Amino acid sequence: MKSEWIANLSRRRFLAAGVATAAGLTLGVMPIVRAEMRKSGPGFAGAAPAEQTAFQPNAFLRIGSDNQVTVISKHLEMGQGTYTGLATLVAEELDAAWEQVRVEGAPADAKRYRNLFWGEAQGTGGSTAIANSWTQMRKAGAAARQMLVEAAAKQWGAKADDIQVESGVLTHTVSGRRASFGELADAAAQQPVPEDVLLKEPEAFRLIGKRLPRKDSPEKIDGSAVFTIDVQLHAMATAVVAHPPRFGAQVRSFDAKAAKTIRGVKQIVQIPSGIAVVGGDFWSAKQGRDALQVEWDESEAFKLSSKQVLDHYRELANQPGVVARNQGDSDAAMARAEKVIEAEYNVPFLAHAPMEPMDCVVRIDASGCEIWNGEQMNTGDQMAVAGVLGLMPEQVRINMLYAGGSFGRRANPKADYVLEAVHIAKTLPPGTPVKLIWTREDDMRGGYYRPLYLHRLKAGLDADNRPMVWQQRIVGQSILAGTPFESMMVKDGVDQTSVEGAANLPYAMEHIHIDLHSPQLPVPVLWWRSVGSTHTAFAVECFLDELAAAAGRDPVAFRRELLAGHPRHLGVLNLAVEKAGWDEPLGRNRGRGVAVHESFNSYVAQVAEVTVRRGVVYVDRVVIAVDCGVPVNPDIIEAQMQGGMGFGLAATLASELTFKEGRVEQSNFHDYLTLRIDQMPEVEVYIVPSTEPPTGVGEPATPVIAPAVANAVFAATGQRLRQLPLRPA
Amino acid sequence: MIKLNVNGSNQPLDIDPDTPLLWALRDHMGLTGTKFGCGIAQCGSCTVYLDGEPVRSCITPVSAAVGRQVTTIEGLNSPTGKAVQAAWRELEVVQCGYCQSGQIMSAAALLARKPRPTDADIDDAMQGNLCRCATYVRIRAAIKTAAEKSV
Repeated sequence: MKSEWIANLSRRRFLAAGVATAAGLTLGVMPIVRAEMRKSGPGFAGAAPAEQTAFQPNAFLRIGSDNQVTVISKHLEMGQGTYTGLATLVAEELDAAWEQVRVEGAPADAKRYRNLFWGEAQGTGGSTAIANSWTQMRKAGAAARQMLVEAAAKQWGAKADDIQVESGVLTHTVSGRRASFGELADAAAQQPVPEDVLLKEPEAFRLIGKRLPRKDSPEKIDGSAVFTIDVQLHAMATAVVAHPPRFGAQVRSFDAKAAKTIRGVKQIVQIPSGIAVVGGDFWSAKQGRDALQVEWDESEAFKLSSKQVLDHYRELANQPGVVARNQGDSDAAMARAEKVIEAEYNVPFLAHAPMEPMDCVVRIDASGCEIWNGEQMNTGDQMAVAGVLGLMPEQVRINMLYAGGSFGRRANPKADYVLEAVHIAKTLPPGTPVKLIWTREDDMRGGYYRPLYLHRLKAGLDADNRPMVWQQRIVGQSILAGTPFESMMVKDGVDQTSVEGAANLPYAMEHIHIDLHSPQLPVPVLWWRSVGSTHTAFAVECFLDELAAAAGRDPVAFRRELLAGHPRHLGVLNLAVEKAGWDEPLGRNRGRGVAVHESFNSYVAQVAEVTVRRGVVYVDRVVIAVDCGVPVNPDIIEAQMQGGMGFGLAATLASELTFKEGRVEQSNFHDYLTLRIDQMPEVEVYIVPSTEPPTGVGEPATPVIAPAVANAVFAATGQRLRQLPLRPA
Repeated sequence: MIKLNVNGSNQPLDIDPDTPLLWALRDHMGLTGTKFGCGIAQCGSCTVYLDGEPVRSCITPVSAAVGRQVTTIEGLNSPTGKAVQAAWRELEVVQCGYCQSGQIMSAAALLARKPRPTDADIDDAMQGNLCRCATYVRIRAAIKTAAEKSV
């Protein structure tokens, strides 16, 4: 994938094959929603919807005679700034004025809207949105621009070379004639779609690299943005579901008598995942569920406690696992080593806990199924729903709405909550829309967690205190096992998402051995912002710090030496360290820690300054350096560095989901702790200038903070904390 | 029949008086800017005003709002409220946006009470509003910007 877009970039001329005209772009579903919504429709960002589509050169944009440019985003906007980023790429090559651009979410259609890094599937994840769209969206804009220019040339009897385009206006440099995109839209639509388009050289960028305002800000500030939970359709019902108290439990029987007496409760029905209570509104459905009596058969259910899982993993770690990387002869080297250091690191299960709990709106009628969802796995959900309903995939129409966060939770290959809503809709009269809402407790206890992981590490230093050998054994559930991604991303028994961030250890050592155990548990697991790196970066970067200490070396100097062959790691490390003032002394109980990590082809280094007082870690300041290739929107990159770090900081300091005899012990934000404003440090972000193709920014800041803070706690107190969340003595 | 005054207009509602104000606003009045996040006053996404004072509408029974002025994000028209919203745009605070109605309501209430808040005031007033995108750095900065501009 990577080589493909690098090759493309160097070629500079492109075939417009992927940008051919696509019919049926204006969704039949959209006007219905528009009519039914108070203001803006699903996932619309920017000005009012264009009324007349005059020119629609490809699947990614249309231009109205009202001069409005609508960019169609194939990716979900869940806070990471994708709508703004993709629109920037299109508008850049189109030479549109930023103010005339609005964005709407694309329908589920893998043919037109596939993620170019995901084979034939449409979806958002792995920090790929800008990276996979970098060439595609610019080509889409450039093709439209060329058609507008040719239309003007024809109308004015001018040469195309004499026409300039700037901020949505075409000017004939010879005669001074001018026309807007809107005025030329009808004529442009008559032009052939170009086979070749010329893309700008970076020096010519007017929008890329600028701090353009986000397209989704205004409606998220005045409360008019429409999330799934906000969808209002005529005669819509609302459902809540009673789920089993333990994973693997089944309904034995239920008594709905009391629940049916609740005002507003319409229907109570068993579905595969539990008992659904359908009401006229949320509160009646919720009251109905509270009154429902369910007896569960827990004979086959998961009944372990987190501590037992961890103990089991420790036993497993005594045995060799499946090899993820083997270089040199690590056992022989370890026997020769002058100094051997060993440590175990572990991390708990984590819930994603986005602010918008899981929810989904479904309507099934004779023509098919329509879904409204903060849709992160468009093709997967479409196929799953089609399978359950016996429909063709194209009969499942998905409206991709804003997601109130996700952090991976809405990209579930098992389509859990979407299918749950479909199963409920199936029991209702045809054409009845139903909105499924999970309460926070449902969300917290509904599974699909970041797996609990254990790492056992052992390394050897030579007589000159240089690390010569590294062994790492990783134990934790496979996220990909049993999903459609398994065939693609589980290689020789190694789930790539379990070892990413460790198997690609960048530090120069002669002997490296990394292996993996993927035990099976009935606890559903899923990717959680930065996936494998959530635990590998913690283990690797903390253990490397241990080696530096054992070698009597400064953690920065130690890393620099070992990263000599990795200029982009070094670039962010040096920048963060310099800006942080690494060598400046700190006061009592204070310390500074560093970590550097690559994920999703982006490089992030963080320096954390902490104070440790009476067993509490206060993170005072975090300096972040990032190299993500061409910075498309520096302001959004900064925001993702701040927020991505903050998301990781919650798991560093506070978040932990634990099992007791198979039951999740936490239920809501009072006991599943996340980051609050008083825990947010001062943050400085520095972006490494780059002309490399852009890579992701949504995830790469998240995994770096835990090791940076843990290493800072060591610097402050001498305590090595090897378990998250950090609990100093 | 319950009568509510919401954003300056009177609304009759035929619902159980124990219904949380949040769901009366969202499901019965179509005011969906106020969000459901936890249901137990732990996240602040549902923050609205009763007679100008911020409350968590998810645990406030609709009966408690009778005879009082309810203000939601859709009706936030005070100069302080507008200054906060302008600062939110200027500093590009929002990411996913789901918690931001509540953040803005809490921030505007803080500034109405304390036009020049210190960092500690901001932490005190805002620590009940969760943001999983962790937009806190910008929330803090935007409150200060709004404070400067509204003086």
